Amino acid sequence: MVAALGFRLGQMVLVMFGISVVAFLIFFATPGADPSARIAGRNASQETLIQVRHDFGLDRPLPVQYGLMMNRLFVSRDLTSFVNRGQRVIPTVISAIPVTLSLVGGAAVLWVLGGLIVGVIAGATRGTFVDRALMILSLVGVSIPVFWLGEVANLLTQSRWHDSWLFSWVPPLGYIPLTENPWGWFKALVIPWFTLATLYVGLYGRVLRASLIEMMQEDFIRTARAKGIGERRVLLHHGLRTSLVAFVTMFGLDFGALVGGGALLTEVVFGLQGVGKLTYEALQTLDLPMILATVIYAAFFVVMANFIVDVVFVIIDPRARNVG
Amino acid sequence: MSADAPLLVVKDLTVSFRSDEGLVRAVGGVSFAVEQREIIGVVGESGSGKSQTLLAIMGLIDSPNAIVSGSIRFMGQELIGLSRRALDAIRGRQIAMIFQDPMSALTPVHTIGNQIGEQVRAHEKVSAKAARARAVQLLDAVGIANPDRVVDSYPHQLSGGMRQRAVIAMALSCNPALLVADEPTTALDVTVQAQILELIGRLRDQFGSAVILVTHDLGVVAEVADRVLVMYGGRFVEEGGKSSVFRAPLHPYTWGLFGSIPPMEGPRPARLAAIPGIPPSLSNLPKGCAFGPRCAFRHDACLVQLPIMQGESHRAACVLPEATRRQFAVQKAGGVEMQR
Repeated sequence: MVAALGFRLGQMVLVMFGISVVAFLIFFATPGADPSARIAGRNASQETLIQVRHDFGLDRPLPVQYGLMMNRLFVSRDLTSFVNRGQRVIPTVISAIPVTLSLVGGAAVLWVLGGLIVGVIAGATRGTFVDRALMILSLVGVSIPVFWLGEVANLLTQSRWHDSWLFSWVPPLGYIPLTENPWGWFKALVIPWFTLATLYVGLYGRVLRASLIEMMQEDFIRTARAKGIGERRVLLHHGLRTSLVAFVTMFGLDFGALVGGGALLTEVVFGLQGVGKLTYEALQTLDLPMILATVIYAAFFVVMANFIVDVVFVIIDPRARNVG
Repeated sequence: MSADAPLLVVKDLTVSFRSDEGLVRAVGGVSFAVEQREIIGVVGESGSGKSQTLLAIMGLIDSPNAIVSGSIRFMGQELIGLSRRALDAIRGRQIAMIFQDPMSALTPVHTIGNQIGEQVRAHEKVSAKAARARAVQLLDAVGIANPDRVVDSYPHQLSGGMRQRAVIAMALSCNPALLVADEPTTALDVTVQAQILELIGRLRDQFGSAVILVTHDLGVVAEVADRVLVMYGGRFVEEGGKSSVFRAPLHPYTWGLFGSIPPMEGPRPARLAAIPGIPPSLSNLPKGCAFGPRCAFRHDACLVQLPIMQGESHRAACVLPEATRRQFAVQKAGGVEMQR
């Protein structure tokens, strides 16, 4: 088991290395994408370009360039933005991480709980009115675009009904650090959490229901019923427990992608300076160092989330223990 | 109830399923009784309704399209229409079931000990530790060599034979008065089969349980059963003591079953004898005898009226006069008798 984990860890490092190489090549070595022209600014003279190229090491061979870049990115951490001169890339990304983690983490708690409740209730009451109502609701949840839902939430809580008793507690858009003011942190994020979680509650509820219904047809469910243990225990201890595999797989992928910047729309709508918003702005201005940093950061979280999913698998499914 | 009253009395049990092709009648009014400590072998081919009969006894037919009617009295208590709670108090404790496929009968994510203990604790107020100790004991009793290790194993870590033993250990965990086994050896290889059968045979002596053993294998019945029920098209066609049925089967379908066993001695037949035709579709059963269309002794009366079970201790449902069938019987059983 320790060997399997070590193996996965090694794999993770390799994947990270590969992604950093690919990201570097795309942004710095694609023909026509001359980074020195961007650094030097508009209408720079040929001499300036050569000077810039030399200063940044862009006239050296590619592997050396890659090494220099990674050195500045991770070791000396003094790589600066091409657009906002003097803005260091790494501290900027690091300061955005708590925002994204708070947003996605809180939403994840909501959507896992919501997904479990919707999935189990719908699966247990299959074919009844409750099941159908829940499935229609979750379909609605899946179909609503998150930016629209966010804008509507903002409209109601920030302007239309902001002065009513219902939403007067809602602080203005933006992030309040947890360490400074935990209650304010909570109040500022609770509406973004629900907005982001809506889609996933619907999605996870539907997937769990399908997987639960499939599991409840299995032979071992009949064995469990024959033991005389009561339907609730059959459903939760045998049905739900074996249905969690699909649920956990999906959760790992979605959580990784969202922490890696996928919560972009929610962050933009609610004015949260998270990683997604940072990436979005860097892409708009083609700020290569920033893009490189956020891409590698995102890759790290996706790979990390997959690693955690693998560990959770080993816990929930004994059959996964001998593999690897 | 008195000591010699039957343990289980099934009367006119019918199991039907609503389907696109109309009502499919899987079990068509069967009646039988199981005495205390008796081992009954139910024989029949696939789709003859034997498994559905067992599932009905266990209250495990939960399809919303199923209709179960008739009467199943266990120790004087009616099981059909019982509430889930009352049913759960009986099954697992007084009636336990062994399933056909040990590979899929155990929940893959819980240990063997956990699954056996779960049943023990559902019916008795014991600690988790005591339940585990009981699981180890049971695994030992069903012939598992290293019960201390197996109790903490997951199903996928065990072989098919081991899993079936674990399923049997689980079924025995509360000393059930009645054990129903649905083709418990079908999925196992022959040597393991023999061990499992021996185990089931021993259960009566050690635990005092009665057993209903469903199988399509006459060899299995010959090995362990006291009494034999032959099922065809959702009904019983023959019933009797094992030796009586094996020595002188009275129903043409039973003759066909015995005839399809290859002889152990003498010249090898070029072709194995088979019953011509296919089993009837349960949604469209013939009006008369269900076996009629495939029977070599068919005459007009067979297609008109449903034969009823006739006879004393050895009964059969056939319109032919018993005397005529008795003549055939000895001749038909000849090949089988030689093997036993």
